[in-house]
Amino acid sequence: MSIIETKNLTKKYNSLVAVDNLNLQIEEGEIFGLLGPNGAGKTTTLLMLTTLKPPTSGTAIINNFDILKMSHNVRKSIGIVFQDPSSDEILTGYENLKLHGWLYDMPDTLREERIKEVLELVDLTSRKNDRVKKYSGGMRRRLELARGLMHHPKILFLDEPTLGLDPQSRDYIWTYIKKLQLEKKITIVITTHYMDEADKLCNRLAIIDKGKIIVLGTPKELKKQLGGDIVRLKAENLNVDILKNLSYVKRINSCDDEICLTVENANIHLQEILNLIGKVDSVEIRTPTLDDVFLHYTGRGIREGAPEGSWAEKAMSAGLQGGQRR
Amino acid sequence: MSELKGIYALWYREFKVFLRERSRVISSIINPLLWLLIIGGGLGSAVNFGNINYQTFIYPGILIQTALFSSIFFGVYIIWDKKIDFMKEVLVAPMRRTSLFIGKILGGSTDTLLQIIILLIIGLVFINIGLLPGLNLNIFSIFLTLAFLLVTTVGLISIGLIIGSQMESPEGFQLIISFLIFPMFFLSGALFPISNLPPWLAPFIFVNPVTYSVDGIRGILLGFSQFNTAFDFGIVSLFSLIMIFIGTYAFKKMKI
Repeated sequence: MSIIETKNLTKKYNSLVAVDNLNLQIEEGEIFGLLGPNGAGKTTTLLMLTTLKPPTSGTAIINNFDILKMSHNVRKSIGIVFQDPSSDEILTGYENLKLHGWLYDMPDTLREERIKEVLELVDLTSRKNDRVKKYSGGMRRRLELARGLMHHPKILFLDEPTLGLDPQSRDYIWTYIKKLQLEKKITIVITTHYMDEADKLCNRLAIIDKGKIIVLGTPKELKKQLGGDIVRLKAENLNVDILKNLSYVKRINSCDDEICLTVENANIHLQEILNLIGKVDSVEIRTPTLDDVFLHYTGRGIREGAPEGSWAEKAMSAGLQGGQRR
Repeated sequence: MSELKGIYALWYREFKVFLRERSRVISSIINPLLWLLIIGGGLGSAVNFGNINYQTFIYPGILIQTALFSSIFFGVYIIWDKKIDFMKEVLVAPMRRTSLFIGKILGGSTDTLLQIIILLIIGLVFINIGLLPGLNLNIFSIFLTLAFLLVTTVGLISIGLIIGSQMESPEGFQLIISFLIFPMFFLSGALFPISNLPPWLAPFIFVNPVTYSVDGIRGILLGFSQFNTAFDFGIVSLFSLIMIFIGTYAFKKMKI
């Protein structure tokens, strides 16, 4: 029996279908990734699973509780780290965590213990008595994470957990997420549009686009499905037609001003390919990444750059408004 | 007991924030003092009701004014909570919406009552320097006044929270409440007696719940009232109960 099971979960905003008949099973104890470009429906799915938004149709069972009929019990089983900052910036970091402990009915000694533990984890112990207003964007993000991890829920949802963090902090967080899974047997559902994050963390992942699952499997399986390595070529007057008949060339895509080939046993066949094409400006062979998987299944790259309305932007505007707030 | 802890958490947060925002506390005290000293003093030089000095006459009205503005305006913070997503953190916690509503009410009433207490202390100081003749402030009357204002405040905060829970922009909220606050204040008899009203005005005044609060507190503090104090208290309690009822419903329907 899966710990999370969605049944034709659907969310429509007027004519826009954000999540389209999603059927998904997530097993207890795994780290499951929802991967996709912004606007793919990841966050909406998370908000429905955490009972914050009602589905238009369909439902989901979480820890044996129906999100529609037993939302209170669902909320007792879960924790979530939101994409946007949700702590009170007039309170200190410590006070925000204490508030969280109260809201989740944690016994006093356990609460204080955990606060100490998570503050150390996200390296905020020395700043715990500063108001959140004075925190940088990255520090706020870390505080949000600390808070979500504090009550050790049965299922933890992380919405873009490392968005806007520096590489070192990302590494810390990844290590801790792995540790939580191993030591506490917490099931973790993570949304991200960082392919490397999904690759490194997730036991299984689903690539979703336009509210639908495109493909689901372990990162290894997904990459293997492409059937070869990626050969990236740059050449003038490149005639791709001659390559089409080669049995070991599985796929030909154009990426930017270059050509990407998926080639079986590329290390053996590269010379033949180069002989056929003639003069090339540059060539690169690499093993496939989840980016290539995404490109393969959607026909386009995951949108690059910071997404609109990103966490960092919102943190800034909330900070500015917050100044005038009270 | 998780619901009680949650309610306490929300109260604690509102209270801390209130104490830390000094400008809010100070402006909430300065504003009523300006009314009392300038309107009360200026108009008082020309107007007297029987043997009651005008400044003394509007003192209860100014207490209510403070409660009215601060309570209804409190609803705007729920819009900010939604904007900074603090609301999501609370709504995803295993706590009932009713508890969220109660926590907010308690937080808001604490803020308002603290402001009222400061104004009552200022009232005591004024009496000692010879201002506000005829104002009867003692432990008993202060206690009754606070009880009256607490009940009124709960109803008024509910109004603010009901509007705030259904809105998304603080600007829109401010627009709506200014259409609500000013008529409620001016039509309450806070600034004039309600014994000899022109017939076209009287109905507006008597449907306004704030009228009964002003009348009740004026009865307690000045011994001057239109209605029996118990009647006033009954009306105000009824008003607050209805607002709590609607507020609980509004919070259950609140979307994020």
